[in-house]
Amino acid sequence: MASQTGSWKVGKVSLPPRVALEISWKSIQVRFGRAMITAAGTCLGIAFLVSVWTNIAIMHGAGVEMEPDEEMRNNWLVIMSLLVAAVGISNSMFMAVTERYREIGTMKCLGAVDRFVVELFLIESGMLGGVGAIIGGVGGFLILMLVSLFKRQAGDFFGMDWGYMGTHFLYAVGIGILISVLAAALPAARAAKLPPAAALRTDV
Amino acid sequence: MAAEAARESQFEDYVVRTRKLTKIYAMGDQTLRALDSVDLDIKRGEYISIMGPSGSGKSTLFNMVGGLDKPSEGTVFINETDMAQLDAAELAWIRCRTVGYIFQAFNLIPVMTALENITLPMVFAGLSTDEQLQRGRALLERVGLGDRLHHRPSELSGGQQQRVAIARALANDPDIILADEPTANLDLRTGKEIIELLREMNKERGVTVISATHDLHMIDISDRVVWVRDGAIEKIEARSDVELTVGQVDWEQESGTAAVAESAKKE
Ligand SMILES: Nc1ncnc2c1ncn2[C@@H]1O[C@H](COP(=O)(O)OP(=O)(O)O)[C@@H](O)[C@H]1O
Ligand SMILES: [Mg+2]
Repeated sequence: MASQTGSWKVGKVSLPPRVALEISWKSIQVRFGRAMITAAGTCLGIAFLVSVWTNIAIMHGAGVEMEPDEEMRNNWLVIMSLLVAAVGISNSMFMAVTERYREIGTMKCLGAVDRFVVELFLIESGMLGGVGAIIGGVGGFLILMLVSLFKRQAGDFFGMDWGYMGTHFLYAVGIGILISVLAAALPAARAAKLPPAAALRTDV
Repeated sequence: MAAEAARESQFEDYVVRTRKLTKIYAMGDQTLRALDSVDLDIKRGEYISIMGPSGSGKSTLFNMVGGLDKPSEGTVFINETDMAQLDAAELAWIRCRTVGYIFQAFNLIPVMTALENITLPMVFAGLSTDEQLQRGRALLERVGLGDRLHHRPSELSGGQQQRVAIARALANDPDIILADEPTANLDLRTGKEIIELLREMNKERGVTVISATHDLHMIDISDRVVWVRDGAIEKIEARSDVELTVGQVDWEQESGTAAVAESAKKE
């Protein structure tokens, strides 16, 4: 092997999962304000999505027969809110990664392989996405509750199809995490692939 | 076997060798030879200054030797290993264990404390947590920051950050420290302290130091000075030669660039 001569041997670098978790968690903690702005992207998108689904759950509960064009409108709203979520989350995650090219380059100088960098960003964005999606989901739900109470339609609200609501709340959180992780992983992978010299030179 | 031994004794002393090292940057339809066929041999334990005006190719050389970028042509050998033959994981190992880097802009990880910055390369190297803490503390104490273990970079002065960077570069007991203009962001006095610290580490630990600079104060303590210009080595001077040349330099002058340009003209 070319990389092995005499007593001098090239080995393998490592990053234990526990340390990866610690580093990601610390990164969120220390940059808390910045992290919350990133999470806010997820939060808004998922709030919109959950509010649309809550509305549908209320209609299901009230046994409203949806007319075809109403059904169309609802589907359209769901698609719209998914798009809003995707754009909002991607944008904030993309910013959060590009701000950190220098850090990525530095990590590689210290011995990180590309995979470590991507791993750290996956964990971090997963945590941020989870928190943002849960807060956003609860927020979207509560807003619709307030609106129904205000309109004196509490009966309709509490008589909603809770099964539908529950599963779709979970979907929404899952979607929030998934989009966040993807939106962070793609730019992080691209940054990690750069030679360290190029990552260090990039100033944003 | 005999051939093997002969080959080893021939290379043994050289921790870095470059052969026809060339880097070409393509910019639009033009190309720039930032490094042009550089042959440079550096012995284990040497303190080398790479001296040259801004844009002469110092950082490019630094990046190639440190495995931070790939040459366009030519090769770099570190401890006899041809860097071009290494895969990504092996390169990472070299960056982790064999080379320590020091930058003009310090490049500490902003969210990590001084101690965490120093233990990170030890994490990658697979050291135990106890070892990491023990070595990390000792290194920070050695560079005079024993009371700043848990400060983050933003809570440290430039000189202190560069000390952390030196300690971090030494984390895994590397063979080589590469420093790219380590004093350029520091005032004159702090810069001198940093250079002296690097020299002490070089003497104490036998680590080879290669420092790119246009600060003539570096010359004083270097074993050899490599003068580069337009991507090529202009001349290599041993310490004794250098002292003669630099006799005429005004030491109070802040701007190293001007002084370098002048001394090059006199040549
Ligand atoms: N990534 C790059 N792309 C294009 N040109 C570059 C790049 N990096 C450096 N150069 C050019 O290569 C030459 C040498 O640069 P550099 O090695 O940074 O010099 P120094 O460190 O001595 O100031 C300069 O002309 C610079 O403009
Ligand atoms: Mg430079």
